[in-house]
Amino acid sequence: MNPPRLADRLLKLVCAPHRLEEVQGDLHEEFAWQVERIGERRARWRYWRDVLGFIKPFAMKRESVTGSFNNYPTPTNTVMLRNYLKIAFRNLVKNKAYSVINIGGLAVGMAVAMLIGLWLWDELSYDKYHKNYDNIAQVWSGGTDPQTSKIGGSVSLQFPMGAILRTKYKHYFKHVLMAWWVSGYTLKVGDKNFQKTGEFIEADAPEMLSLNMLKGSYSSLSDMHSIILSKSTAEAIFGTDDPINKSLKIDNRIDVKVTGVYQDIPKNARFGEVQFFSPWPLWVASNEWIKQCENEWNNRSFNIYVQLQPTVTMATADAGIKDFHYKNLPSSFLKEMQKYKPFVQLVPMSTWHLYSEFVDGKPAAGRITFVWLFGIIGVFVLLLACINFMNLSTARSEKRAKEVGIRKAIGSIKWQLVNQFMSESFLVVVLAFILSVILVVTSLSWFNELADKDMSLPFTNPVFWLISLVFITLTGFLAGLYPAFYLSSFQPVKVLKGTIRLGRFAALPRKILVVVQFTVSVVLVIGTIIVYQQIQHARNRPIGYNREGLINLSMNDPNYKGKHELLKSELVNTGMVTDVAFSSNPLTAVWSNSGGYDWRGKDPEKDSDFAVCEVTHDFGKTVGWQFIDGRDFSKAFSTDSSGLIINETAAKYMHLKEPVGEFVKGDDKVSTWKIIGVIKDLVMQSPYEPVKQTFFFLDKNYSQSSQLTIKINPTVSAAAAIPQIENVIKKIVPSASFDYKFVDEQYAAKFSAEERIGKLASVFAVLAILISCLGLFGLASFVAEQRTKEIGVRKVLGATVTNLWGLLSKDFVFLVIISCLIAVPIAWYFMNQWLLKYDYHTDIEWWIFAAAGIGALIITLLTVSFQAIKAALMNPITSLRSE
Amino acid sequence: MAMKRSYLGEFEEIVLLTVAVMEGQAYGVALTHEIIEQTGRSVRLNQIHAALQRLEDKGMVKSEMGEPTAERGGRRKRLFTVTAYGRRTLQEIQDVRVNLWTRMPDPFNPAISL
Repeated sequence: MNPPRLADRLLKLVCAPHRLEEVQGDLHEEFAWQVERIGERRARWRYWRDVLGFIKPFAMKRESVTGSFNNYPTPTNTVMLRNYLKIAFRNLVKNKAYSVINIGGLAVGMAVAMLIGLWLWDELSYDKYHKNYDNIAQVWSGGTDPQTSKIGGSVSLQFPMGAILRTKYKHYFKHVLMAWWVSGYTLKVGDKNFQKTGEFIEADAPEMLSLNMLKGSYSSLSDMHSIILSKSTAEAIFGTDDPINKSLKIDNRIDVKVTGVYQDIPKNARFGEVQFFSPWPLWVASNEWIKQCENEWNNRSFNIYVQLQPTVTMATADAGIKDFHYKNLPSSFLKEMQKYKPFVQLVPMSTWHLYSEFVDGKPAAGRITFVWLFGIIGVFVLLLACINFMNLSTARSEKRAKEVGIRKAIGSIKWQLVNQFMSESFLVVVLAFILSVILVVTSLSWFNELADKDMSLPFTNPVFWLISLVFITLTGFLAGLYPAFYLSSFQPVKVLKGTIRLGRFAALPRKILVVVQFTVSVVLVIGTIIVYQQIQHARNRPIGYNREGLINLSMNDPNYKGKHELLKSELVNTGMVTDVAFSSNPLTAVWSNSGGYDWRGKDPEKDSDFAVCEVTHDFGKTVGWQFIDGRDFSKAFSTDSSGLIINETAAKYMHLKEPVGEFVKGDDKVSTWKIIGVIKDLVMQSPYEPVKQTFFFLDKNYSQSSQLTIKINPTVSAAAAIPQIENVIKKIVPSASFDYKFVDEQYAAKFSAEERIGKLASVFAVLAILISCLGLFGLASFVAEQRTKEIGVRKVLGATVTNLWGLLSKDFVFLVIISCLIAVPIAWYFMNQWLLKYDYHTDIEWWIFAAAGIGALIITLLTVSFQAIKAALMNPITSLRSE
Repeated sequence: MAMKRSYLGEFEEIVLLTVAVMEGQAYGVALTHEIIEQTGRSVRLNQIHAALQRLEDKGMVKSEMGEPTAERGGRRKRLFTVTAYGRRTLQEIQDVRVNLWTRMPDPFNPAISL
């Protein structure tokens, strides 16, 4: 009957050796006594508890003065450990250049990996702010196109769906919330206007989104004329005053009262940009056309968000509403729809951000591509840094063969040497880690701006430290592995005698690593060039209008009504403006699509679908569209009110050889338009996609005019024109806000996502090259040093500097050429895949590969030459004299 | 008092007293059991060891290794005895207490009066 052996071992480990005998004796005696008293099982437990009680400083403290009981030194291992650290530090200081390259390179690599890690974390935690993340979904409706048998659809839904989901499908959904699209509004307080982004949604939204209500409650939106503001918005509008019960006007027409303030939703969420919420019924009551949609199945314009009942799974609810149309649509409407095989599904919140693109009707692609891409880049950059680190430490360690020999000769055993090299490599990794944290902290604000994020290092998050610890251990271990095990196995006699020959293949792993490094770098460089090519290609695309000097203004104020003519003449009178036009949508977007048209020669089986814009007479002149055939709308022809201008794509789509003069019938079979002109395609939507077939109707009475487009006189500067334009608008519509945008800036914004990716990729590519070059530089100097004598002999025998430079550079150039050969097909494959995603894309040209390859060679030569020439210029006397 | 007396904690005082009582037979386990018996507190072995170490550092006890026994797996025990300094300290504490008790104007009445 013995006390637990494991506990005894633990005690032996922690207890000071000079106390162990008495303590262990006491514990054993106590154990024997307790066994008598309470039985063995409980005594064992007690023994454990007692041993743990001795893990205290008093029992662990080693004796400082040798003498009284025994001669154990202070903690057993630290002397040698301290010696290892000392030697490691001395080595670092002695080879300053190596140390800087080694630690700096690794630190940069770690910092890049950390930044990418933060980016990934941010992307993956999108929308997770909401407590009901797993139970929230958006309703999606779609069908199969009978012609192409492609599945398509959208989150734009019919108004009556909401009520039916709420009543008939109650068992699935806790909340069914109708909502409008998140968009910009003017909030008016007194005579001050604020441009804010808002969402009209039903009253349960604060609860569903688990908003943190600082003022008010989850029921704050139940009052029809209420509004809840984010904290920052409330502060921006009301300062330090209490915003509750203050009155506001949305777009100068909807009266609301503040009933709550919520903590801002973080940026990485669908509703992160929303600065206020207002009730959906208010939006319905404020828009006549929406009111008319209440029982209308023909209009799809509305969003529906749902939260599941706690006991219902996403899959169950999704399957349950699949046949929604067949069960609930009016039969007349259903008959028309049936050929599309309509279905309804739920799009879970977890896919909103990362899988925003639908393939075959399922959320399948989107940001997740970049999550993978950057994840892989991060791993590779880190790998590059680690490879460097390993390469340099192994290269260095061969120089230390003698040290190993001496250590062995005076009694080191193999494990001690392993420990020594391991602790050196850990020291360097830890130093690099500290440096990388400093780098990240200093570069984070810049990176946030570049990536359009709001991130910080999670110092308080144990996961961060855990990952860092694992990483440090792993890198330290990998980097220390080779020197630790290879060098410690040397035979001291041979090493000291100097007969150790590191065979031809000792350098092979190093060469492979260099090839891997440069392959990754070259792939990154080629990828970056192609991303930029693609952006440039889309930028240079002919857009069909002249965006120079165009400004766009959203007329979201009811007081514009009836003032269009006046506004126009007053603006032109300033002399700052050449043309003014009104339209139903801005030049950089299409807001309306319509079908059901008929024309001569139309395939009766084929459906028709057109983008639709309503424009005023001078629109064409203002934006400068170009006619292929026919003419522009003109005030001289009163018949133009039923005139129609189509774009080139529409002419092709309709299979009309001579479109001008043809007639188009609307789906009511009554209204008819005559095509009077064909224009070159205007790029209004994505610059990467083909232009959609578009109809431009004349809006003679300004009934659909929501956008004002102004062409600034080319002879004056925008800076001079803007204040005058503002004056005119303030004079005619005093309540309106002057929130103008330059059309070319709006157009440029369409490139921001790709540009961001391009910038990030180029930063990473530059860093990858830098890290690779650092490694190469270190290796080259090592090789040059190793071959000092050889170079001396060659010089004496008559080799020129050029000969020697070639000799030393040859090996590296060879390696880089191999990497280029490997990198080209890899880069071509991936970039081709990427480009195929875009309908309007550039071609991959051969010169990109040539440029990347030659660039890599030049950089290699520059890096290596510095060392090579330095070695070649050395006086042979100095290199040969010493012995 | 010329020199300020070393400070003794309440628990240390009890351990020191017990060491004095046990006259040369005081070691970890025995002390633990004796104190549990006398005071009814739940005392753990590591507490006694810590206290003994502090007392030894203060010079109030001294120790030597005793005989090994079978139940200790042949390990020796460390036996503690009170030093003269320890004795004097205990005496001083006692004096202070007695002095204070005698000066109390109305010593507490016995709990039960017949």
